[in-house]
Amino acid sequence: MSDADKPRPDEKPVDAGDTVTEERPQDAETTDDSRSRSLLREIASGNALAGVLAVVLAVLVGSVMIAATDETVRETAGYVTARPSDFFNAVWEAVSGAYNAMFRGAIFNNLVDDPARQWRPLTETLKYAGPLILGGLGVGIAFRAAMFNIGGRGQMIIGGGAAAWVGFRFEGLPTIIHLPLAIVVGMVFGALWGGIAGLLKARTGAHEVIVTIMLNYVGYYLVFWALTKDWLLATPGSVNPKSPPMQESAILPRVLGDQFNLHLGFVLALVAVGVVWWVINRSTLGYRIRAVGENPHAARASGINVGWIYTVVMLIAGALLGLAGVNQVLGTVTSGVSTDIDAGIGFDAITVALLGRSRPLGILAAGLLFGAFKAGGFTMQAQENISVDLVLVVQSLIVLFLAAPPLVRAIFRLPAQEAK
Amino acid sequence: MRLVLRGITKRFGSVVANDSISLTVEPGEIHCLLGENGAGKSTLMNVLYGLYKADEGEIELDGVVQHFSGPGDAMAAGIGMVHQHFMLIPVFTVAENVMLGNESTGFAGSLDVQAARARVTEISDRFGFHVKPDAVVEDLPVGVQQRVEIIKALSRDAELLVFDEPTAVLTPQETDELMDIMRQLREAGKAIVFITHKLREVREVADRITVVRHGRIVGEADPKASNAELASMMVGRPVELVVHKEEPTLGADALVVKDLRVVDAAGVTQVDGISFTIRAGEVLAVAGVQGNGQTELTEALLGLQDDVSGSIVLDGVELVGRSTRRILDSGVGFIPEDRQVDGLVPNFTIAENLMLNRSFKSPFVRNGSLRIGALREFAQKKLQEYDVRARDIDSLAGNLSGGNQQKVVVARELSRDLRLLVAAQPTRGVDVGSIEFIHKQIVATRDSGIPVLVVSTELDEVVALADRIMVLYRGQVVGIVPADTPRETLGLMMTGERPDDVKDVVA
Repeated sequence: MSDADKPRPDEKPVDAGDTVTEERPQDAETTDDSRSRSLLREIASGNALAGVLAVVLAVLVGSVMIAATDETVRETAGYVTARPSDFFNAVWEAVSGAYNAMFRGAIFNNLVDDPARQWRPLTETLKYAGPLILGGLGVGIAFRAAMFNIGGRGQMIIGGGAAAWVGFRFEGLPTIIHLPLAIVVGMVFGALWGGIAGLLKARTGAHEVIVTIMLNYVGYYLVFWALTKDWLLATPGSVNPKSPPMQESAILPRVLGDQFNLHLGFVLALVAVGVVWWVINRSTLGYRIRAVGENPHAARASGINVGWIYTVVMLIAGALLGLAGVNQVLGTVTSGVSTDIDAGIGFDAITVALLGRSRPLGILAAGLLFGAFKAGGFTMQAQENISVDLVLVVQSLIVLFLAAPPLVRAIFRLPAQEAK
Repeated sequence: MRLVLRGITKRFGSVVANDSISLTVEPGEIHCLLGENGAGKSTLMNVLYGLYKADEGEIELDGVVQHFSGPGDAMAAGIGMVHQHFMLIPVFTVAENVMLGNESTGFAGSLDVQAARARVTEISDRFGFHVKPDAVVEDLPVGVQQRVEIIKALSRDAELLVFDEPTAVLTPQETDELMDIMRQLREAGKAIVFITHKLREVREVADRITVVRHGRIVGEADPKASNAELASMMVGRPVELVVHKEEPTLGADALVVKDLRVVDAAGVTQVDGISFTIRAGEVLAVAGVQGNGQTELTEALLGLQDDVSGSIVLDGVELVGRSTRRILDSGVGFIPEDRQVDGLVPNFTIAENLMLNRSFKSPFVRNGSLRIGALREFAQKKLQEYDVRARDIDSLAGNLSGGNQQKVVVARELSRDLRLLVAAQPTRGVDVGSIEFIHKQIVATRDSGIPVLVVSTELDEVVALADRIMVLYRGQVVGIVPADTPRETLGLMMTGERPDDVKDVVA
């Protein structure tokens, strides 16, 4: 079975007794467009090793920052030549303390006895991972069509806002109807918001990067405006830009009992991973999406309607990001929707998709890692007094190292991906 | 200048592109480097020109070992290169292009165009190039542009000139003129390396022939050797150069094109009122210099051009205005002129590429999901049937050689139920062995009663495959003539002239 989730081994050109292949026409006729396209492709679908190395590098640089900002380290650095062991002990204390705290906050807390409390951090990680995975899938599937969906924020806010409206407006519906209805409405609105960018690209050639960035603002202010109207999202009698809380019947149920915050949203994310994997690798639609992403000219000459694929991909991407918004509104923060409901996930999703190489299983792994960062970051701040922003820095460094494959290759002396 | 290459080895990863190549080029000789696409000729010349660094071996000019770190060094040492794709700036004049990168300047950095102009005139007069220094390059015919490249090299006192596949873009007449120029340069004592895979040209001008295969030198050949001898040296086995085909069994008119007009995205009329008919079981070959409307014609047939008027009727069905998908569904097979762009997805496997235009309705699709088992079985079968040399069906198409890539495209197209085959440059960049195979497939298609439109800029290919030949010039039909029309006449028609004794034929 050809499994597109496996990183394709860098196959050596086959020399089957007739020719070698070094004279494929390459750079001479590469246009700017195809060059940037291939760079995007390399960044978005580089091999797994590059992703792991980027994380390792980012964590290392993060360690340096932890050490550099630590009081004890700075004090001991003053007499480092006299007593270097003090300095190195301090560095070790600071760095190991920070990452230990992160571990306790993200996976397993060994400082408490109750098993439920011990494992609570892991469930928090999974809770945070849910929308990151969904968002990563939404950005990743667009990458597969060589489209850069930066509109995650707008798609989440619009999807979340629509789901919230259904979630608090309808009273007395049974959960079995109310919850699915709210989820579907959220996804549909997210899809429409994403679809606008796809349709504009297909019809007018407008670049999706510009359109999705702009739609982020439009979406944000649209929801902001809706929060002032009683018939939309506003809480009557309140000046806070926040909607009323969700009805009980529209809230994603907790899956591990009431002692854990983990809700059905994570399960939905897992289901989405499976569905997106199937769509990309096993469906004819996914085949066409990949063909358009890899070579739109050949796709067009093969009768594939490239513009239609752009539109469909953005509809799917928007639906997934809408679901991420639903996840927030009906699961994580059920007290009502506001304009910061996306909590930065719309942009983090880009990093998740990049780190996951736009492969559903890779995105699952990257989403879990970022969920752990998020859960652990809070503990790190609380227990070790290290700013939670460090997590942001590490995440940003990951993107930086991913976006500069030649840099990472140079640091680890890896061979270039393609022999030219 | 005497060039000696000693033991040049160049590797790309595990692929050895040049394996210990040694070569001597004497001043005053035309040394021909003959080999198939992908044999390693261009790599060798890029090493010589300082674009690649050799892993082993050395370059010696007039007894002095050279170390080039870039083309600048090579030029300074007296090596000039005429690339297949011209390195000229279209909107500059000849003189400006010639001085580019080597500008002589006067007061405060002002350009001394006068000096460059004088230099162009001097060189042009010496070799009879007939190039005016003030002509804007984009207005010049391709053959003249090539002479500008040669002047550029000579103006830097090049003693060794490398011509990399220089005839690919030329008409037969321009090719003859180039041959004359090369002979003149030889008389002037220049050393010339002529890279090609076209046997006719080699035999015409070469003093010595070195044959390269699989990155190695397989031997020297005598310029008097026959085509068949040269070809078998190049390929490593006996090759049939002649396409054997029976008289066509003609059926009814299958494809009727009337008054076809295509305007491209820039608003230029590329196809200007073309009408022709192809009967079932007939090959109509389109001859012409590249860029005379052939691309737009084939794209219009496939529904890939937006602004098309006139009519294209296949078996009674109008194709103009139909989507590409519906045209493909109505049985049009398409071998595009640039397989890397329009024919294949390089990052897809061979199997995936084999279903590229069958993702809607085919044995590989059921209820919107891929039938991977069926596809793999099919791919396995086609891999053998079409002799695609690859490790397996999961090899990426982009890693195959040109010939094998083209076989994948041919296999895909000929595996469908065809009512028309459109083959554009079916053997461009394809090795001799695969050319033979692909030509046989095209003839077999014709013999099964399918009308075939072949477009080629290689006159040899046109003549070999055609039952009738249509010559295009500037988007118009110069004439539709019998396949046995003399080459000279065809060459003349490709420049837009139509000799009086040429008669159109109707099949």
